[in-house]
Amino acid sequence: MDTVRPRLATVWLGGCSGCHMSFLDLDEGLLELAARADVVASPIVDNKEFPEVDITLVEGAVANEEHLEHIRMVRRRTKILVAFGDCAVTGNVTAMRNLFQLEDVLNRAYQELSQQVIGIPAGNNIVPKLLDRVRPVHEVVEVDYFLQGCPPSAAEIRSFLIDLLDGKADPSRKRRFG
Amino acid sequence: MKERILINPVTRIEGHARISIYVDDEGRVQTAQFHVVEFRGFEKFCEGRPFYEMPGLMARICGICPVSHVLASAKAGDAILGVQVPPPAAKARRLMNYGQVLQSHALSFFHLSSPDLLLGMDADPAIRNIFGLAAEDEEFARRGIRLRQFGQYIIEVLGGKRIHPSWGVPGGVLKTLTAEERGQIASWIPEAYETMEIAFGRFKPVLDRFTDEILHIGNFPSLFMGTVDDDGNADFYEGRLRFVDAEGNTVADGLNPARYQTFLAEASEEWSFMKFPYYKAMGYPAGMYRVGPLARCNVVDAMGTSAADRELREFRQRQGVVRNETFLYHLARLIEMLHCVEKIEELVADPDLLGEQIRVKAGRNNNTGVGSCEAPRGTLFHHYEVDDDGLIVRANLLIATAQNNLAMNRAVEQAARRFVTPGRLSEGMLNRVESAIRCYDPCLSCSTHALGHMPMVVELRHVSGELLDRLDRS
Ligand code: SF4
Repeated sequence: MDTVRPRLATVWLGGCSGCHMSFLDLDEGLLELAARADVVASPIVDNKEFPEVDITLVEGAVANEEHLEHIRMVRRRTKILVAFGDCAVTGNVTAMRNLFQLEDVLNRAYQELSQQVIGIPAGNNIVPKLLDRVRPVHEVVEVDYFLQGCPPSAAEIRSFLIDLLDGKADPSRKRRFG
Repeated sequence: MKERILINPVTRIEGHARISIYVDDEGRVQTAQFHVVEFRGFEKFCEGRPFYEMPGLMARICGICPVSHVLASAKAGDAILGVQVPPPAAKARRLMNYGQVLQSHALSFFHLSSPDLLLGMDADPAIRNIFGLAAEDEEFARRGIRLRQFGQYIIEVLGGKRIHPSWGVPGGVLKTLTAEERGQIASWIPEAYETMEIAFGRFKPVLDRFTDEILHIGNFPSLFMGTVDDDGNADFYEGRLRFVDAEGNTVADGLNPARYQTFLAEASEEWSFMKFPYYKAMGYPAGMYRVGPLARCNVVDAMGTSAADRELREFRQRQGVVRNETFLYHLARLIEMLHCVEKIEELVADPDLLGEQIRVKAGRNNNTGVGSCEAPRGTLFHHYEVDDDGLIVRANLLIATAQNNLAMNRAVEQAARRFVTPGRLSEGMLNRVESAIRCYDPCLSCSTHALGHMPMVVELRHVSGELLDRLDRS
């Protein structure tokens, strides 16, 4: 990866953005990172078509049909895919709704806790269809590395990325636990 | 018959969204819809869990303003316990909240908006981001990064962790500052003031270049809501709610946030996962109100700190006491950042902050509790009902960004009317429509209790639903 500048992307599925915020917590380390790699697609830069990239960090769990479609496309265009944070690794908080029927979860928010029900955002073509069960990323596409934490700390993100760019990423990161 | 333009998703705002613009036979814009497409369901899945677990869980609603959720949740817990938190704890909570508003506003201004504002809305999208800004003016970008870092640092020192600190608890907080930590926080302050001065200096001239945007992006009358203290000054931690109208008349004052359901209500629409709160007395959708930096600058008598008040006076001199132009959220955000730095300075000099009594313990004394505070994007409410064992029976979350939902839709519609050429979509129009939303700095993770990535598709549709044009930037 050292002759051409490595291309880095980050994507956001069903998560709270905390993992992205932890990435921004690299602070001035961001400028250092920018000196070694190009951040080509991310919620924090203007997105174009998702390009071919070397590394993608994926925040969040797979919660709706668009996530599913998107992560499959991202996988095809990414050499090294990283499940970034606990929601991506295990489903975490995003998957807590799996304990309930989807219909009950939607009804609570849009019916019972609403004083004017004009419509319920489900089952139409305007907002994406929610999956009955939220799933961690590895259940849907192959994942190369797992970065645990809610969120992973900036120090961990930084050392992981630097090792990865140096071609010597910690092999224990290939495991989901431990 | 109308057509629909769909913009999906909007980049550089924190969360997923897309936009549809409907036009009639002549291609004239009829309405616009700002769709939020993420949903997680916190209001349901917290059911059956103990209320003292809520601050840690609810923090995960949003990685950008977790502290607001921790605080609103802990305050709802205080109400369930039926206690007043001791002054050192209340002050530590305030300090962390200022740290958070500062870091979140810095993110909005420096990382997300200043590339547009300083590099120009028509600059190459490939450089219109924080890295592009760093390439153009590294010193400025570095200052922005460090200002955000200062806010995050305060959170970390108090809470042990920058994001999702498990620190605020019903009855108080888990840790306060040592004298040494207090000194470390204080050592950042001079640089923060300097950065604010530079930011004001860079941004004010920009305002004159954006006259068209100021007039046509979200310039419309609405109500504004925010929290004020007993003297009418800004208070981000506690106080009474005040509503003013577009002319600055006080519509309601001294409202108790715990009774929010008597004056606020929410509507659901099938085209967005974000609900539509409104001011009850005026009904839906006429009861549109705005919250957040611009709203707070409009409702307060004064900020209550000298430098921020100087800026607020200048801001008001520009055009009357109440400003309706959405674009001015950016300037209001800068005023609040300055206010935060002043408040942080005041608090770290306060001897109470080193006090040892930081938590009171009690059992569940009430079955309901409402906690409210000013989050970076506006007033936040957490409302829990618990059973006699303290397990959550029902939770209602009224989130800052959602309270701007009606206004964001209006702003998009207005920008579309001005910048959409009949029957055709252009990149410049997309940027304007998108920036109408970005002014609100919507934190969509919060407002739908979810979040996601943000490319952008705009569909132009006839009212019948027939697709006329489509621009895809995702
Ligand atoms: S792992 Fe934690 S910080 Fe990351 S998206 Fe999920 S809830 Fe947010």
